[in-house]
Amino acid sequence: MTAVDVQGLTVRYGDLVAVRDVSFTAEAGMVTAVLGPNGAGKTSTIEVCEGYRTATSGTVRVLGLDPAKHQRQLGERIGVMLQEGGVYPSARVLDTVHHYCTLYGKGADPATLVEQVGLTARSGATWRRLSGGEQQRLSLALAMAARPEVAFLDEPTSGVDVNGRDTIRGIVRDLAASGCAVVLATHELDEAERLADRVIIFDQGQVIADGTLAELRKGHDEIRFRSDPNLDLGALATSIGMVASQVGPDEYVIDAPPHPKLMAQLTTWLAEQGHPLTDLRAGGQRLEDVFRRLTARDADGTNGGEA
Amino acid sequence: MSRFLSQLRTELQLTLRNGEQLLLTLGIPVMLLVFFSLVDVLPTGTDDPVDFLAPGVLALAVMSTSMVSLGIGTGFERSYHVLKRLATTPLGRPRLIAAKIASVAVVELVQFAILVPVAFALGWSPSPANWALAVAGVLLGTAAFAGIGLTLAGRLRGEINLAAQNGLYLVLLLLGGMVIPFSKLPDGIRAVAHALPSGALADVLREALGGAGVQPGTSWIVLAVWAVVMPLVAAALFRWD
Repeated sequence: MTAVDVQGLTVRYGDLVAVRDVSFTAEAGMVTAVLGPNGAGKTSTIEVCEGYRTATSGTVRVLGLDPAKHQRQLGERIGVMLQEGGVYPSARVLDTVHHYCTLYGKGADPATLVEQVGLTARSGATWRRLSGGEQQRLSLALAMAARPEVAFLDEPTSGVDVNGRDTIRGIVRDLAASGCAVVLATHELDEAERLADRVIIFDQGQVIADGTLAELRKGHDEIRFRSDPNLDLGALATSIGMVASQVGPDEYVIDAPPHPKLMAQLTTWLAEQGHPLTDLRAGGQRLEDVFRRLTARDADGTNGGEA
Repeated sequence: MSRFLSQLRTELQLTLRNGEQLLLTLGIPVMLLVFFSLVDVLPTGTDDPVDFLAPGVLALAVMSTSMVSLGIGTGFERSYHVLKRLATTPLGRPRLIAAKIASVAVVELVQFAILVPVAFALGWSPSPANWALAVAGVLLGTAAFAGIGLTLAGRLRGEINLAAQNGLYLVLLLLGGMVIPFSKLPDGIRAVAHALPSGALADVLREALGGAGVQPGTSWIVLAVWAVVMPLVAAALFRWD
């Protein structure tokens, strides 16, 4: 079921066009990652979906409602996590969660939410005494207090340590598994790669890619390996029939699908030449590479990547 | 508990935990009232300084809570994105504003519950005492000062707003006839002082609680204009984020 439906959205701030004719959907029970460089229009788009900002033109429906006209009804059904702040600095953890549980009125238990985000031991601490990661976890607990049908999470793992990230990832997966449409805005491509069922990439106010990870990687398979620095790439190309590029001091990439025969030729050549194979990764490009490819800029600042 | 009451409870909890705001809303008015009532150094022009000071300090208490305390708190909430976060909840902006107004009213009740008995203990005996008229003045003053405080809070960033609110507090305190009589101000400044909301509120309270207003008719009009205009200005200029 489509939970968020954005069609032809444009957002202007005076002369600046922050979002230009953007269309996408987010489905219930799925994690939709919204990626993009700073100023790409992600936050403006999400704020329109939350009912916080008004669209200049276009149509936005969240759970079938127009956020600009039905913010109050939507407020009862959506959970929001801001990128930063959003809590009174002198407010205590449990008091704050209790307050938001009352505001949403969905019967969520404050102590259980605090436990779920791993902050039980910090229940009496004020927001200003929490670390950055703890603040993010509290902010997530406030979004969960809504028992949301749609959750808009802005940079949920920013500044969070490894254990905290695992906690947050688990909660995001549970939210999606419960049928919630999770819209995850993030700069952290690794996070999106781990969590997202679908990825939407923004650049300069427009959607430049939209699909599953497999769809975005399609046609861009590669073999990436590490060995000694400065291999004889000419000799390697002659041996395996493919050109390899050096992308780091000891890192190489062959733009080709990872056929077993090609892999065997590569490893055989390395063995024959006495070179080690210290790392090998074959298959679809990492999301980071997909992102770089799509958002690459020409010298004049225009988008030189593929659309 | 309803959403409104939950928000009101949060607002009051945070006020109680904020030592600086407690000093501003309770500490300074009580200290001014007690000190200058016992140490007769101000040119109040009355036999007993407390007869002049008590209405002025009540006006000061209203200004401290509804302008400075509300304005500084709201300004920081805006800077910390608290208002933005709350705007996406079912609380809604009207209930958030209502909770803030109720919080101001509760704090003012507490202020009056402390200041009035202290003034009586210091020998204040207002006669005539039209408390209904005084309450009307306090309501108008609250609206006027809240409008000023929220206008600044809605346009200026946290630290600048803090400085602006405190600076304005000092100016309005000194020129507002709260602790220094209008008659002691230079002519040009006196005209300005009568047009300020602090001067108007102090004057109407002094008239309602002791019949010693300087120009109560004009002061009611001045106060009413501030009370209508400033909330409208705040509503028009306020930025939630």
